[in-house]
Amino acid sequence: MVELSAKSPCAGLLPMTIGGVSVAEVDLGRLTSIAPYKGRATEAAEDFKAAHGLAYPAANRATGKDGSRALWFGRDMVLLAGPSCDDRLAQNAALTDQSDAWASVTVTGERAEEVLARLVPIDLRAAHFKRGHTARTLIMHMNGSITRVGADSFLILVFRAMAGTLVHDLKQAMEAVAARG
Amino acid sequence: MRIDGKGLIDRSKKLRFQFDEIGYSAFEGDTVASALLAAGQRLMGRSFKYHRPRGVLTAGSEEPNALLTVGHGAAQEPNVRATTQEVYDGLRVRSQNAWPSLKTDVMAVNDLAWPFLGAGFYYKTFMWPRAFWERLYEPVIRRAAGLGGLSGEHNPDTYEKAYAFCDLLVIGAGPAGLMAALTAGRAGADVFLLDEDSRMGGRLNAETYIVDGMPGSDWATEAVAELRSMENVRLMTRTTLVGAYDHGTYAALERVSSHRRVPAEGAALETFWRIVAKRAILAAGALERPIAFENNDRPGIMTAGAVRAYLNRWGVSPGQRVAVFGNNDDAHRTATDLIEAGVEVAALIDSRPDAELKGHAFPTYSGGLVTGSTGRLGLKRIAVKSDGITEELEVDCLAMSGGWNPTVHVTCHMNGRPTWREDIASFVPTPGSVPGLEVAGACKGDFSTAACLAAGAAAAKSALKELGLKVPRGAVPDAEDSPYRLSPLWAVPGKGRAWLDFQNDVTVKDIKQAATENFRSVEHMKRYTTQGMATDQGKNSNVAALALLADATGRGIPETGTTTFRPPFTPVALAAFGAGAQGEGFAPRRLTTSHATSVTMDAPMIEAGLWYRPSYFPKPGETHWRQSCDREVGYVRNAVGICDVSTLGKIDIQGLGAAALLDMVYTNTFSTLKVGRVRYGLMLREDGYVMDDGTTARLGEQHYVMTTTTAAAGSVMRHLEFVHQVLRPDLDVRFTSVTEQWAQFAVAGPKSREVLNDLLDDRIDNESWPFMACGPVGVAGVQGRLFRISFSGEHAYEVAVPARYGESLFKLLLARAEALGGGAYGMEALNVLRIEKGHITHAEIHGRTTAFDIGFARMVSAKKDCIGQAMAAREGLVEPDRERLVGLKPVGAVKELTAGAHLFARDAAATRENDQGYVTSVGFSPTLGHFIALGFVKRGPERMGETLRLVDHLRGIETEVEICSPGFVDPEGERTRG
Repeated sequence: MVELSAKSPCAGLLPMTIGGVSVAEVDLGRLTSIAPYKGRATEAAEDFKAAHGLAYPAANRATGKDGSRALWFGRDMVLLAGPSCDDRLAQNAALTDQSDAWASVTVTGERAEEVLARLVPIDLRAAHFKRGHTARTLIMHMNGSITRVGADSFLILVFRAMAGTLVHDLKQAMEAVAARG
Repeated sequence: MRIDGKGLIDRSKKLRFQFDEIGYSAFEGDTVASALLAAGQRLMGRSFKYHRPRGVLTAGSEEPNALLTVGHGAAQEPNVRATTQEVYDGLRVRSQNAWPSLKTDVMAVNDLAWPFLGAGFYYKTFMWPRAFWERLYEPVIRRAAGLGGLSGEHNPDTYEKAYAFCDLLVIGAGPAGLMAALTAGRAGADVFLLDEDSRMGGRLNAETYIVDGMPGSDWATEAVAELRSMENVRLMTRTTLVGAYDHGTYAALERVSSHRRVPAEGAALETFWRIVAKRAILAAGALERPIAFENNDRPGIMTAGAVRAYLNRWGVSPGQRVAVFGNNDDAHRTATDLIEAGVEVAALIDSRPDAELKGHAFPTYSGGLVTGSTGRLGLKRIAVKSDGITEELEVDCLAMSGGWNPTVHVTCHMNGRPTWREDIASFVPTPGSVPGLEVAGACKGDFSTAACLAAGAAAAKSALKELGLKVPRGAVPDAEDSPYRLSPLWAVPGKGRAWLDFQNDVTVKDIKQAATENFRSVEHMKRYTTQGMATDQGKNSNVAALALLADATGRGIPETGTTTFRPPFTPVALAAFGAGAQGEGFAPRRLTTSHATSVTMDAPMIEAGLWYRPSYFPKPGETHWRQSCDREVGYVRNAVGICDVSTLGKIDIQGLGAAALLDMVYTNTFSTLKVGRVRYGLMLREDGYVMDDGTTARLGEQHYVMTTTTAAAGSVMRHLEFVHQVLRPDLDVRFTSVTEQWAQFAVAGPKSREVLNDLLDDRIDNESWPFMACGPVGVAGVQGRLFRISFSGEHAYEVAVPARYGESLFKLLLARAEALGGGAYGMEALNVLRIEKGHITHAEIHGRTTAFDIGFARMVSAKKDCIGQAMAAREGLVEPDRERLVGLKPVGAVKELTAGAHLFARDAAATRENDQGYVTSVGFSPTLGHFIALGFVKRGPERMGETLRLVDHLRGIETEVEICSPGFVDPEGERTRG
């Protein structure tokens, strides 16, 4: 019997640490996009809360509890990370498996904000982009998702196929920040 | 000459640098300009057009003359201002625009020909023959006139871009800026203070003012120290604000490494900042203007403020015997500062007859004018006219001041126009020109130090109020508050050339000439004379030039107006604008899961959109790509080939309205498609032309997966969003891209099922999985999807698994295919296979072809409406004479066909008028043993069997082709159903 072996998007590329900032690949578990059908946002949010025990996030917000995380993921869409999405949700929302579509990394360190200020065009200062805030924006030239997951830690998602470019762009920014001493 | 005890330089740190291969010494804190002046080197450059010897005019970034090239080889940086380049140990700079040397420049012959080279000379002289302009005149003129050049080599420097956000952006760290930053910083606002200088303090470092009972520069140092101690304040030196844009966005350029001999590892040369500020205060100060008089461009003649800056900031006197010439009280400080420093002052000449000049220990001339100068490579004498008598004075430096122009530039970046203020004979910013930006200090025309400090504090307080922060109380320190008195003097009357725009060699005469020739609008005058162009953008000359134009045209200055100041304020390297986009940073690389394996198989990659796809997989012994391609075509036609097709766009579409949406965007019907089946679809743009094609599978009653071509995936997704959000918001449908979720491989050829059955959990056969069937399958225990579709025309499938298993599945498929006499095939083979079958790609649906043109008119369903249907029915889009898709094959012995070639009747000349069509795709068909092509021919399908002339004018190829059906191999499609 043949077997297929799995490979993570950033295999062989990470982890790396430069100037006190570290980038590591994270396994977020299953990823499911949840897009409530027309006029059924409230029902979908209720289903979500009932099935997964965490709040359905508002725009630009992320919610979570141990092992589960929900990221606002753009217009009319939330990404559930962690458990498999409960089938009950399919009554009120389009569910799509995206577990293999995204490369996910965390950028952590005292100067993580400075590193990301070289790649991300939005205001990531702690007072404005707090823990639990998320955005769909650019990471250099890539369309991605960015979430603050700690005082000095961010979660970044880009298309799986662009994992190499993400690491390249982060490395360049980390080196530039480190060079400023 | 260096003055003991003066200056803010560190005399304990001695540096060595080279200018034109000659060694000089300097101290830490010196610029190239201050160090060269200290060494008595006044000549620093040659002018743009006449190659006149020039020295520094200023001490700041507005410098028009002393432009240098820094460094050697690939990284050399041209047009660096000597006034802003800081000296570091080992620095090497060169002068520009001079040959063989700065001292002896043969191109200075232009200067002798000056009577012929005035404004408009080129326009009048190089009129004909017309073709000569581009081929002869322009190259010659460009070579003779010019600034520094790039190396022509790849730029090894790295540039960086960064984004920043703050409550309050303070632009300029002079007295107004420092006071504003202190006020806002103490109130707790998130403040950015930026200054283009390496040392904050602005004019406080260049003057001898007392602030709060201490020297101004000391006060500035203390203010900076206090600001540095505040966590909510960010200080950015060597950072020039270059542009103001919408929504409080500003662009700034930071010099990160240009003052360092060896940049830190990984450090950028410059950083291009995009700063978004809720409020901003412009405290950019003012620029002093020269006075035009005959030969006012000699090395040694500079602005009075620059002389004081060199003296007080760098401890350098630009001359041993200095004269001062001005039209305002401020200029007088130059003479007193010099005297206090022990420098001989030859004369103080004030153009105002009523100027107060009593009590000085040097000769003074009220109502006096400097009417000329001598000294080709450096100032020797000036002619002073007073009370009708002209006398000559021996001086090696002349400090001149025609007054000060507030630095209004940034306030004009969003199309604001400055306001003329008669009392100071200057333009000042018009309030509200840039939303959220307030102007303070000299930049607004408040020139005394006390006024600047007060204005800075006031501007900060009003910004704090708007930000909703508590406005602190606090006194403004005491400082000099002398009035600014002047009487306009733009040009001293005279016969010779009086220079206005030093950088572009524009004289008073040129302005008058422009007015005489009816270039009376200031914008026309600028283009005609070139005044205000190049790196300094007329910072030193604009106001004087338009004042003279106003005079020459009999209008006032306000009605004459200014030219438009546009970003950037100072030159910005394109590399800084595009920072991060060099090399691999140019665009993201999208790599398939089979990429690494393909690379180990030596497959060269070609780009398809952002994706990298293998072109072909060479085998040992193959010396030409065609050999590999022919072999790979053979795999598919005779055994089985494997190709990664993950790059095709895949869009997951769900909801009650899914079928209706598809019926709307596709020309054909998808609501009738059975679950578990795939259908080919054609999509039109709103204008009726073909947009994209692909297959869409129905996975459930309300669940489809659409595929798009690789390159059009993004635009199709955008199109669907448009259709849903704008045209059919009533439809209950949701879609999202799943391109990245699935690794998908084509398994094509007579033995394809054999390969698959070895990997699928449940075996398939022709009945359970007929042509155009689709559905979920287990692939080696993993949940995947199988589609029986074929681009090659063979019995073929596409199998998809979650991307994490992609590499593994590719290897398993390859091993099995190879065991059956097949293997991997790349884009070249894929292309040949689809041409053999007559299948189109974007080579055919290139944006100018319709469904009618490609022979798919019947696919536009008449039973329903779809996007583009109405427009596709336009008369011109269905006329029989249109160029329509055909196959083409060579006539006679095998000849090369080329894509892009045009087609003509056999006996017609190969000219545009006789054009019958063109070739879109070609390939050598190993199956048929000759070249085949697809193309478009007028009335093509009606002309089967006709011979045409194929002419490729670009490649010089000509041959004869026969029009045939586009389906070259298995036109009945029997193999597909296999």
